[in-house]
Amino acid sequence: MNVPDNLMYTEEHEWVKIDSNIATIGITDHAQGELGDVVFVEMPTVGDSFKKGDVVASIEAVKTVAEVFLPVSGKITEVNEVLNDAPETINQDALGEGWMFKVEMSDPSELDDLLSAESYKNLIE
Amino acid sequence: MKQTPFYEKHRALGGKLVDFAGYAMPVQYQSMVAEHLAVREAAGLFDVSHMGEFLVTGTQQVEFLDYATINDIRGMVPGQAQYSAMCLENGGIVDDLLIYKFQDKFMLVVNASNIEKDWNHLSKLAEAFEVTLENQSDQFALLALQGPLSRDILQKLSDLDLDEIPFYHFAEGNIADQPMVIARTGYTGELGFELYHDPALSSMLWEALMEAGGDLGLKPAGLGARDSLRLEMKYCLYGNDIDESTTPLEARLGWITKMDKPDFHGKAVLEAQQMAGLKRALIAFELTERGIPRHGYTIYVGDEMVGQVTSGGHSPVLEKGIGMGYVNYPYQKTGTEIQIDIRGRKIPAKIVKPPLVKNTSIAS
Repeated sequence: MNVPDNLMYTEEHEWVKIDSNIATIGITDHAQGELGDVVFVEMPTVGDSFKKGDVVASIEAVKTVAEVFLPVSGKITEVNEVLNDAPETINQDALGEGWMFKVEMSDPSELDDLLSAESYKNLIE
Repeated sequence: MKQTPFYEKHRALGGKLVDFAGYAMPVQYQSMVAEHLAVREAAGLFDVSHMGEFLVTGTQQVEFLDYATINDIRGMVPGQAQYSAMCLENGGIVDDLLIYKFQDKFMLVVNASNIEKDWNHLSKLAEAFEVTLENQSDQFALLALQGPLSRDILQKLSDLDLDEIPFYHFAEGNIADQPMVIARTGYTGELGFELYHDPALSSMLWEALMEAGGDLGLKPAGLGARDSLRLEMKYCLYGNDIDESTTPLEARLGWITKMDKPDFHGKAVLEAQQMAGLKRALIAFELTERGIPRHGYTIYVGDEMVGQVTSGGHSPVLEKGIGMGYVNYPYQKTGTEIQIDIRGRKIPAKIVKPPLVKNTSIAS
C-alpha cells in the first residue's frame, strides 16, 4: 500500500497536500482499493465555502458510494475536471492525477488534527 | 464460511472474498468493470459452486414438479433446461430455479441462500407424491463459462460438437477427458455454458479452461460482474427483485407462469391477483443524467412516490446508471419518465424495455 510520507491523512481515508495556504485533497490508495472501480464523481462547486467535516463530494463506485468529508475549512478554489470524463483516474493514480479538489484554508491550525503517514499506516493495517 | 473447491484459486488470483450465502466467494479479482466487459466481448469464468442442486426421482416426478413449480414441466424433453419458480400458497416466490430434465430424473438448481428453505418447502409438498428428493449440493461443483467466445474455448476441450447444444439445453459429455453435465445456460445474457462436475475435478477443470481461453481473452470473473451483467439483462436476483412478498405476475415472470396448467402451488392466489388487476410491476430503467441508483432508493413521478429500486448500478456497456424496481400502475409503462431519489436529489430516469443491453451473443 502506497502511503507517502509527504502527505497528511484523515481517518476517513483522505490525503491532504499543503502548498502555502492551499490544500489539495484526494482519497488514499487504500480507499480506492476498497471502493473498487470508480464510475462517477460528484464534486463541490468552485467558490463555495465549507467547514471542516462537511460532505463536499461523493464517489460512486460499482458496488458502493463513498462520501468525501472536507478535512480543513475553507473555499474550494479548483476541482479536478479530469475526473468528470475519467473517474477511473482515481483507481489508477489516487495520490497523483486522481486528486479531487483544492481548498484555500481559512484555519490552517486545523491541520494539527490530521494524521501522519505513520499513524495512517497503523490505522489501515 | 464454507469454501467451494475453487477457494485456493480465488486466493491465488487475488480475489476479494466476501461472505455470500455463507460461502467465501470472490466479488472481484482486479476490476468488476474489466471482468464485466471481458464477458460481453470475449469470455469470463465464474465459480458458482455455491448454488444448490436437488435431484428428483420416482414414478411421480413429473406430476410432483408440475405442482411444485409454475412453468410447464410436462412439455419438457430429456436434455432440456427450463427457468422456473416455486410459489408459496399465497403466491409469493419461494425461489427461482433452473430445472434440467434427464432421461430418468430432474435436477433442480436453486439459489445458495435458499437451499435449506427450498429443501423444506419441497419436502413438504413431496409427501403427497411418489417421489424421492436428494440434496446433492455438496456433490456438485459448478463453473459458468460465459461470453461470445465461450463455445470456441470449450470446444477445444470437448468431445461433443457444442453447436449441437441449443440454448437452454444440455448434454452429458467429456471436458478435458472428464465426464460432466454441459448446459447451455447462464445468467449473463451471453452465449455460455454451465459445467456441473464432481468437485474432485474442479482444480483441473479451472486450469484447463484458463489455458484454453487465455489467448482469447478469458478472464476469471467475480460476483460483482455477475450482478452487473444480469442487471443489464433485467434478470431477477432473489432477495433483491423477487422474494416471498412478490408474486411472479408482479415480477413480470408471466412468461414462466403457466396459468393454464390445471393446478400448481399458489395458483389460486395468482388467479385472484390477475382478476383483480395488478397494482405494481417490476420494471427496468435507465438514468438520463449522471448518478447511480441503488437498492432501496425511492422512485417518484413528480411529487408522488410510485415505487422502489430493487437493484441498481452502473452499466459498463451503456456507461450510465441502470436499475430495476417495482412501480405502481399506471406508471409502469415503457417510456414513462420517472425520478430516482439519490440521497436527496431527484435524478431523472426513463422506464425502458428489457434487455437494457441488446444484440448480445446469447442466441448465437
